[in-house]
Amino acid sequence: MKGERHVLAILVENYSGTLSKVAGLFTRRGYNIDSLNVAETMDQKTSRITVSVTGDEEILEQITKQLNKLVNVIKITDLTCKKSIQRELMFIKVSSTLETRNEIIQMTNVFKGKTVNISQKSITIELTGDEEKNNAFIELVKPYGVIELVRTGLTAIERS
Amino acid sequence: MKKKVSEHLIKFLELENIDTVFGYPGAATMPLYEALRNSDINHILVRNEQSAGHMASGYARAKDTVGVCIVTSGPGATNLITGIATAYMDSIPLVIITGQVDSKSIGTDMFQEADIVGSTEPFTKHNFLVKKAEDLPKFVKEAFYLANTGRKGPVLIDLPVDIQKELIDLDYPETVDIRGYKPTYEGNIRQIKKAVKLINSSKSPLVCIGGGIASSNSRDELEEFIEKTKIPVACSLMGVDSFDNSSKYFAGLLGSHGYPYVNRALNKADLLVVIGARLADRTTSRYSFNENQSIIHIDIDPAEIGKTIKTHIPIVGDAKNVLESLNTYDFNPDWENWSDKIFQERQDYFKKALNLNININKTNPCLVVKEISDLLKDKSILTADVGQNQIWATHFYNASKSRKFFTSGGLGTMGYSLPAAIGSKIANPGSTVVAMTGEGGIQMLIGELAVLREHNLDLKVVVFNNASLGMVREMQEKIYGDECHFSTAIKFNPDFMKLTEAYDIRGVQITNNEEIKAKIKEAFSKKGPCIIECKVDPNFPTLPTKIKKLEKNINISA
Repeated sequence: MKGERHVLAILVENYSGTLSKVAGLFTRRGYNIDSLNVAETMDQKTSRITVSVTGDEEILEQITKQLNKLVNVIKITDLTCKKSIQRELMFIKVSSTLETRNEIIQMTNVFKGKTVNISQKSITIELTGDEEKNNAFIELVKPYGVIELVRTGLTAIERS
Repeated sequence: MKKKVSEHLIKFLELENIDTVFGYPGAATMPLYEALRNSDINHILVRNEQSAGHMASGYARAKDTVGVCIVTSGPGATNLITGIATAYMDSIPLVIITGQVDSKSIGTDMFQEADIVGSTEPFTKHNFLVKKAEDLPKFVKEAFYLANTGRKGPVLIDLPVDIQKELIDLDYPETVDIRGYKPTYEGNIRQIKKAVKLINSSKSPLVCIGGGIASSNSRDELEEFIEKTKIPVACSLMGVDSFDNSSKYFAGLLGSHGYPYVNRALNKADLLVVIGARLADRTTSRYSFNENQSIIHIDIDPAEIGKTIKTHIPIVGDAKNVLESLNTYDFNPDWENWSDKIFQERQDYFKKALNLNININKTNPCLVVKEISDLLKDKSILTADVGQNQIWATHFYNASKSRKFFTSGGLGTMGYSLPAAIGSKIANPGSTVVAMTGEGGIQMLIGELAVLREHNLDLKVVVFNNASLGMVREMQEKIYGDECHFSTAIKFNPDFMKLTEAYDIRGVQITNNEEIKAKIKEAFSKKGPCIIECKVDPNFPTLPTKIKKLEKNINISA
């Protein structure tokens, strides 16, 4: 899909099936979700779904209008248009030998990541950052061999 | 006082003033049916759950209320999906109650288990799975509120059978407040002022109406608006009964089955005022957006504005409110030539269609519709099925009031007309109700003839029998060539007159134009159900291009 990446923060009522209704709407209307995450807010009755999607303004307008029609959707904020802080967490398991271990740990430190597990053949790193930073780190450790990669997808909050 | 949840639910329906429900019982609705047995609510037993949706739809449309259906879990619920989807596409308010297997067994693939909440997500305005009996009052209250406010639509409540049996004390809430649902009813006044200015600076405006006029009951306000502005009115299938078809400002049906002059007007107009229409492909199939045209779009659903066509002045609001405020302004129309020309072209086309006789041993269906329309005038409701019969009915039936013409406009569900007519008749016993269908459409849900007879409803069913799935056949011939129809010429049809005997219903057969007047009079002279079978030539067209083509080859009898 053409257009730029948008991060939508969707505040929803916490009912069973709400996530499926939101996710289903994207599928049904032919929009792609780049990433999605969901968790309760301070108020147990509501959850925040953070979705990142790619699309031009017209598509974004349709997505927002259609989402607003869902009864359990309370509010949608397009965080791309506003000043916001965006982060995702990722775990990356990299092949390592005794020789390469230190190099990888050094790089992790530069990226302000954490080494969370070390074995004979691999090293697991926890890294939080915006997508760009996380992508840069992946590129950096690729030559060592990435065994597994897990990303949470973006979560974001408006700057006050 | 402690009562069973099923009894509470039926009580809640009574509190919502529901006097009739349409349904089919099953294992997962046993407690509900026991509660129904002990209530004053009238239950209409359908013969296929799909019809429960259509009957409730006809009922809701005729009575301006919410239609209610109750079906069992599994196949009962899945059979109903087509009915729900049909109502969803046309924004018809329904509350659907489905029985579900024991709440503790959900997800174990029990006998007659189906995830109906998951399956109907795309076809409902909202749906609920009741997991705790305590939630039921809120869900029911919200379901009725959601179904019949804003852009209306079907709402489903899935109720597990073990919860139906729970003994509990429940109160029905008096008010409803849903955080994420606040429809906009009043149009923005600045936008309305801009619209007035744009209308007054226009040279050739066209009003396009859809189901929103009937849904908001604003036919009178529209009439006043047109009297003031003198703008010609074109409509979608959903807007046919929202403007007087004999008015000199009525342009007619738009889109794939509209006559060329209407679609020409749609393309040539310098301003389109779209009211309560979503401009779907069937309406705009012969339209291409042009830069010189401005568009004002009035709709209660903001998501419809700008969805298919770029809009210059969007007005989100209820058509009735917006038209009322538009009517407070002055308009200076100077497009008489424009509207007169459209009216003249309309007359020409209609004359052609009414005089089109391609086989003197068969009937012209347009004449049949016109005859019925003239005979019944303002006392009737007509439901049209889907296919050629729908187009003939749309062109030649003049609905005198709003909520008098029902068809499946959006989903195009064959079989809709008979159950919808039954629902309309039950809602409105004083009206003469006519279902207009084809021999293909009626066979989709033919079992409902039993309902017709069981309740001895004064309802006439017109079956245009051309031994063809005519609409598709016509398209096949148009796209692939004259001889290239496949699977649309029906090799066997039941003898409809014998069928009327089997159902103990009166039958009348019209074989040629000469008989139309007398046979129709005969059919309508007696109360009670009657099937009127009209023999139609399979080549009798709906597409204007085909009419034109035939004109050249066949002598049109005046």
